[in-house]
Amino acid sequence: MTIKEKQDELISDFSFLENWMDKYEHIIQLGKELPLIDEKYKTPDHLIKGCQSQVWLHTDMQDGKLIFTADSDAVITKGLVSLMITVFSGHTPKEIAESEIYFIDAIGLSSHLSPTRSNGLLSMLKQVKLYAIAYEAKSQSQKNGKEL
Amino acid sequence: MQHVPDITVPAIDVEKIRKDFPLLQEKVYGLPLVYLDNAATTQKPQIVLDTLMHYYIHLNSNVHRGVHHLSQEATAAYEDSRKTVASFLNARKSEEIIFTKGTTDSINLVAYSFGRGEIKPGDVVLVSAMEHHSNIVPWQMMCEDRGAELKVIPMDENGELIMSAFTELLTDKVKIIALTYVSNSLGTVNPVRDIIAQAHARNIPVLLDAAQAVQHMPVDVQELDVDFLVFSGHKIYGPTGTGVLYGKEEWLDRLPPYQGGGDMIKTVTFAKTIYNVLPYKFEAGTPDISGAIALAAAIKYVQQIGVENIQAWEEQLVEYAAQQLQQIEGLRFIGNAKHRSGAISFLVDDIHPYDLGELLDKQGIAIRTGHHCAEPVMGFFCIPGTVRASFAMYTTFEDIDRLVAGIKKAAAMLR
Ligand SMILES: Cc1ncc(COP(=O)(O)O)c(C=O)c1O
Repeated sequence: MTIKEKQDELISDFSFLENWMDKYEHIIQLGKELPLIDEKYKTPDHLIKGCQSQVWLHTDMQDGKLIFTADSDAVITKGLVSLMITVFSGHTPKEIAESEIYFIDAIGLSSHLSPTRSNGLLSMLKQVKLYAIAYEAKSQSQKNGKEL
Repeated sequence: MQHVPDITVPAIDVEKIRKDFPLLQEKVYGLPLVYLDNAATTQKPQIVLDTLMHYYIHLNSNVHRGVHHLSQEATAAYEDSRKTVASFLNARKSEEIIFTKGTTDSINLVAYSFGRGEIKPGDVVLVSAMEHHSNIVPWQMMCEDRGAELKVIPMDENGELIMSAFTELLTDKVKIIALTYVSNSLGTVNPVRDIIAQAHARNIPVLLDAAQAVQHMPVDVQELDVDFLVFSGHKIYGPTGTGVLYGKEEWLDRLPPYQGGGDMIKTVTFAKTIYNVLPYKFEAGTPDISGAIALAAAIKYVQQIGVENIQAWEEQLVEYAAQQLQQIEGLRFIGNAKHRSGAISFLVDDIHPYDLGELLDKQGIAIRTGHHCAEPVMGFFCIPGTVRASFAMYTTFEDIDRLVAGIKKAAAMLR
């Protein structure tokens, strides 16, 4: 699935949930199912700034694709991280860097979450894109035979 | 709904009071609002809103300056408000009441002026382990400036001050003690009479942060014999941006001014300025006139209901809330002082306070989560924050029942 298709699927999943308590229930469930990050990556340099609760995010490159793992000390945050990872994991840095992200607004997360939470979500998004851009720049320069 | 326990004192007519507060009639997410974030700020009764409007419609004018009718009216209303505050605190004179922007502003004023006037390198300022940041940082800044040292009265696991440690900290190096009357994060009521008596035995003045006290219990500055006492208007049903500093006349006379400007001067030449008398010496510039007048309206409203009655009502609320919360599986109190008031802090299992707070919010229940501007308290208990429910005169037993039901529902989702 492309990043766009994944977003459309999430939007459709959420549209079946009638009220916000149900949507939270779903987010919490995703949070509980989030595969855990390797404990060794739960270090300050993996912490995302701007989150009131703590979020650790780690990236690995496998066959030219980025794989994200993450954790948080708050379950709702973990659910939101899980949405993010579902959308981005398994795509090339170029795809991620160039993707247009609309599911957050479409689901209504930006208007319904508490502001600290939605700010956290935005800094997470920024961090994912930064990772992607960094990987992309690295592979470009390697292609061109230059050192970074 | 839970069974309401024996109400020993029908202290106040809470249903009637609630009708005086327009915001309590609002709904959030289509649900009737349960407002339990009163330690952060209280809602305002209609009379406070009317007073603000009345001022701007009928009285608006600058104070202490004009010969014209309106300015005299505005000045009279402003100075009457000072008298209302003075009588509320039982100050000897209304000159001992300084209007400020709030607790934070009042503490900054004292820290700055006391620092400049009284503190030498090597001196010590004492605060407690449960202070709000606004009763830590101004002293820290002043100590850095003056080469003085900030020392901390420790507390125990229940959130009570360790009085033996306090006595040991009391040396002749201590020049002032700044202490919260009631902790905003734990609800602890501190033994301020004992502390003031011990301090005065060594001629050390005491500042009380009464931001969480004046709206919950009678406060009499003469009976306490406290040297400085500060609070915020917005936490006692008054407008934001208003606050009070009470200081004993001899102290306020002795300290140098804080800010310079209009109103605080008697004569100005480029060579030298002669400062004005109390209280104007500490009120530079045009004050929040409408705010001070509306604050007085809030205080009169409180007096009309009776602080003792409010206290009796809220004590039952706190007791009931503690009883009911205790029955929630996995809930633990953060701060378990024998004597507490106004607020209850807690955590449920290892559920993050933000998660719980967010799901309570979605059920129309406003509580506070986080460190409550008291990071050292959270550090002491090794927690990221707490969930805090805090009460006011308009809080009902039904509010607490909805809180308890809301926590149970949220916890079931989050576990
Ligand atoms: C104990 C205590 N001190 C100081 C403050 C600061 O009050 P303000 O922000 O109104 O200046 C608060 C408010 O949260 C408080 O609870």
